[in-house]
This record gives sequence, structure tokens and C-alpha cells, in this order.
Amino acid sequence: MSLKMKINHLNLHYGDFHALKDVNIDITENAVTALIGPSGCGKSTFIRTLNRMNDLIDNVTITGEISLEGIDIKKCDVIELRKRVGMVFQKPNPFPMSIYENVIYGPKIHGAKDKKVLDAIVEKSLRGAALWEEVKDRLHKPALGLSGGQQQRLCIARVLAVEPEVLLMDEPTSALDPASTLKIEDLMEQLKKEYTVVIVTHNMQQAGRISDFTSFFLNGEIIESDKTENIFYKPRDKRTEDYITGRFG
Amino acid sequence: MSINTTNMKSRKLKSQIFYAIILICTLTTIAVLAALLISVFSKSIGWLNWNFLSSLPSRFPAKSGIKAGILGTLWVIGLTAIISFPLGIGAAIYLEEYSKKGWLKELIQINISNLAGVPSIIYGMLGLAVFVRQWGFGRSILSGALTMTILILPVLIVAAQEAIRSVPSSMRHGSYALGATQWQTITGVVLPYASSGILTGTILAIARAIGETAPMIMVGAAAFISFVPGGIMDSFTTIPLQIYSWTGKPQAEFQNVAAAGIVVLLAVLLLINSIAIILRNKYQDRVKS
Ligand SMILES: Nc1ncnc2c1ncn2[C@@H]1O[C@H](COP(=O)(O)OP(=O)(O)O)[C@@H](O)[C@H]1O
Ligand SMILES: [Mg+2]
Repeated sequence: MSLKMKINHLNLHYGDFHALKDVNIDITENAVTALIGPSGCGKSTFIRTLNRMNDLIDNVTITGEISLEGIDIKKCDVIELRKRVGMVFQKPNPFPMSIYENVIYGPKIHGAKDKKVLDAIVEKSLRGAALWEEVKDRLHKPALGLSGGQQQRLCIARVLAVEPEVLLMDEPTSALDPASTLKIEDLMEQLKKEYTVVIVTHNMQQAGRISDFTSFFLNGEIIESDKTENIFYKPRDKRTEDYITGRFG
Repeated sequence: MSINTTNMKSRKLKSQIFYAIILICTLTTIAVLAALLISVFSKSIGWLNWNFLSSLPSRFPAKSGIKAGILGTLWVIGLTAIISFPLGIGAAIYLEEYSKKGWLKELIQINISNLAGVPSIIYGMLGLAVFVRQWGFGRSILSGALTMTILILPVLIVAAQEAIRSVPSSMRHGSYALGATQWQTITGVVLPYASSGILTGTILAIARAIGETAPMIMVGAAAFISFVPGGIMDSFTTIPLQIYSWTGKPQAEFQNVAAAGIVVLLAVLLLINSIAIILRNKYQDRVKS
């Protein structure tokens, strides 16, 4: 179990609003790290710092260090960083093009051209996202014709297509029905064999089912980070216990 | 908890009166339009035929045709589209995606909106002074097209800006998160998503240009052309200009020729607007789930 990403004394301000307060987390390779906490506590803000998506927002100041395999991500080329650290959003956001074009969007911007190579990437990525069997006969149909759950798996495939090392997922199932949620949770089990996964969820059972490590956020601070079973069965902090047992949320 | 129902009757009455008023407004507009159309169509009967479409203008009403006008309009509008489309989209992309918020952007934006409201004859004067005289393009199709370009650019830019602004940020974020650069995101996601809006805006702007007469008179399109234009430096006439010159002729029969020309102009506008609607629907299907 080696360390993939390390976050040290991370502070983030939106203008004068202090959204992340001295956050420290280790992200373990080939494991699922869940971030839980009530809404508005800074989970999305935190996960966006890991691939520098906050660079797109005006007026954000970040201090502290985030390293990917020991290298400060501030010093990485942002394009290279986002290729290595992929992201799946809360609401499925397939592009208004065909399923095939969605998957090859990433490889193409990074320079892949050969039709055979692209075909192979499409099949591999869609299989990786457990979507291949459902769409293999309609690859050239619009992605927006898929169901919500299929769209979200397509978004996962789109990220897998650029062969990232880390997968960030911000509440990937919160807009989906229970059956689709289950499919994506099953997928997680497969994905962590090859990728390092960080997932935000406010669904406690989900965190319990799929994650190896859990960090509990409250008001921009990390209250507790530990192995998931410890967070759930032996929380050290009273506030963690209250949240887990549903006393606030 | 009782709701006052005593004034129910008077409220219903008010509502009916209001309905009647707006109905009358609508019907008046339609009636005026219908009267105009009927008068134009009835006059054009017997004059609008293949001969009219395929003849050059003539001193004799019966021999007059709109061929030079149609071809002139096609040349001018085609060239206008070719020049204004990239300029308009480029400006819109710059303003929406690249320019920093601030007083300079505000100033440009206010200017563009103002320009959209400037009377078209002013553009005609500008075209005459700059393109015809200063740049020495003369009374040519090129001068006409450049004048039309600056006339429709403000409208086109604003329409393209609105289309670009309507692209959801989730699309942009999805692209950036895959490691796309800003340029790749614009060409790969933003423009495809905004294309229906941009196309519709362009076509409607061009439809406006087709009906413009004043600026073409200023840059000096000739009303009487006895040849078909063969290049962008040739002199030209346009459909509205032909109509305008026929209506000024003393012989009463030329009024019928003008009516036939109006029907042709209406047909062209109708065609272009239908293309805009078809394009919009086609792309909307692609974008909406
Ligand atoms: N772009 C932004 N500008 C200003 N404040 C923001 C922005 N995004 C989030 N916030 C604020 O930061 C806090 C954390 O938000 P967020 O990270 O979205 O929480 P969570 O994902 O845990 O629900 C909230 O109080 C929210 O209002
Ligand atoms: Mg969130």
C-alpha cells in the first residue's frame, strides 16, 4: 500500500471565505478513499483542488502543498496533471455527440489519431466502465439518448480513455436511481485494482460499502481520517460518531 | 381562512376585456399585413413568370426582369456571409472566452450594442467614404459586401455571444477535466454546442441584409444593369434596389413589375428563414436529451 497523493496544510479561500482549513490527507494507491460530511462542508471544493479545477474559478487562493507521487502539483503542467488525475462530476455531463466521440474526446486532444487505436480505446474504456455490452451496437448514436446511469458510466469511460492514475468522483451517484447506483458501486470494486479512487459521497452506506479509507469533513476541516471500518465502528471524535449515527447531517 | 370571492365577477370581466383588446391588436396587425400581401400578389399576377425571373431590366415593363437583381443579391450576400461569419464568431469567442472582465470589455460591449441600432444609411455613407473612395474598390460587389458586413456584424456578434454564453459550464468543465486546453475546449465542445444558435443568428442577420436598400444606394449599386456580374469587382444591383427603381418609374405598368419583384424578395426571405428554423431544430435535437 503505497502513498499516491499527499495533502499538507491545505487552506483555500473563496475571496475572504475560508472554505478549507488546514486539511491534511494521505491518499493510498489502489484503494478507494471516501470523503463524507454534511453538504456545504467543502468536499467538492477539496476534490477540485486535486486536479486544479479550482484554477477555473476567479478569486480563489490556495496555500499548502498537494503532491502526486512526491511532486508538487503546482509545479506540474496542468494539462498533464488532469490527464493523470481524472474527474467524474455529480451530474452526468456527456458532450452532445455520439457515444464513440465522447470516449475518444480525451485521447484525441492528447494526440491519438489512428482509427484502429481509437477503436480499441473505445472498447477497452467502455468495458472498463461496464457499459460495453449495453452500447456496442449503437456507438455512433447520440450520447444524450442514454439513460442517466448509462450517461454517468459513459463519463467514467471517457475519463478511463485517457488512462489516468487517479479517479476523482464527486457524488457520482447522487443523481441516479438505485439500480444505476448499484452498478457504479460494483464498478468501483473493479476500478480500484487499476486506479486510485477518491469519491465524495453524502450517502453513508455507500461509503461503508465501497471505501477502504474515509475522511470526515465538517465546516472545511477534517475531523477524522482513518480506515473506513474504524470511522464507522470506532470513531475517535464525538462529532464523527454523531454524524455516522445520523444525529446531524 | 375564507378567500374573498365577492369580486370574482369583476375580475373575470376584466380578464375578458383584456383578452378582447389583445385579440384586436393581433387581428389589426394581421389585417394590415394581409391587405398588403393581397395588393402585392394581385398586382403581380400575370407579371411573375419565368420570363420575369430570367430577364435583365429593360425600358419596357413587359420585357423587364429581375435576373440581375437576384444574381447581384446572391453575390453580395454570399460574399457578406463569407466575410462576416468568421469575423463575427471570432469577435464573439474573444469577448466571451478570452477578454478579461473590466471597463474595456464593457466599453466594447456597449459599443457593439449601440452599433446594432445605428440606421443603415449611416453604414452606407461609411461604405461610400471608406470602401468605394478611400480603398478604391469603386461601386463594386466587394464594396457592397463590405458595407453589408459592418452593417450586420453587431447583430451577428451579439447572437453568437448569446449562443456561446448558453453553453452550460458542465460542458466546459468536462472538457478541461480531461486535460483539454482552452482552445481545444472552445473548438471541441463550446462551438459544437453553440452552433445552432450561432447559425440561426447568422442567417437572421443575413436575412436582414437582403432587404436593405439604403446602404446599397449609398455605395452606388446601379439600378440598371444590362449584364450579369462575373466577379467581385463588377458593378451590381440587388432585388430591393430593382424594386425601388421600378416603383419610381412613371409608367403605371412598372408598379406591377415592382409587385412581382416584391413577391420574389418575400420568397427569398421566407426560404432563408425556413432554413434557419430547420437548422435550429436539427441542432437542438442533438443537444437536448
Ligand atoms: N465558487 C465558489 N465561490 C464561493 N464560495 C463557494 C464556491 N463554491 C463553493 N463555495 C462555498 O464553499 C463551501 C463548500 O462548498 P462545497 O465544496 O461545494 O461543499 P460540499 O461539496 O461539501 O457540499 C460552501 O459554503 C459553498 O457555499
Ligand atoms: Mg458537493
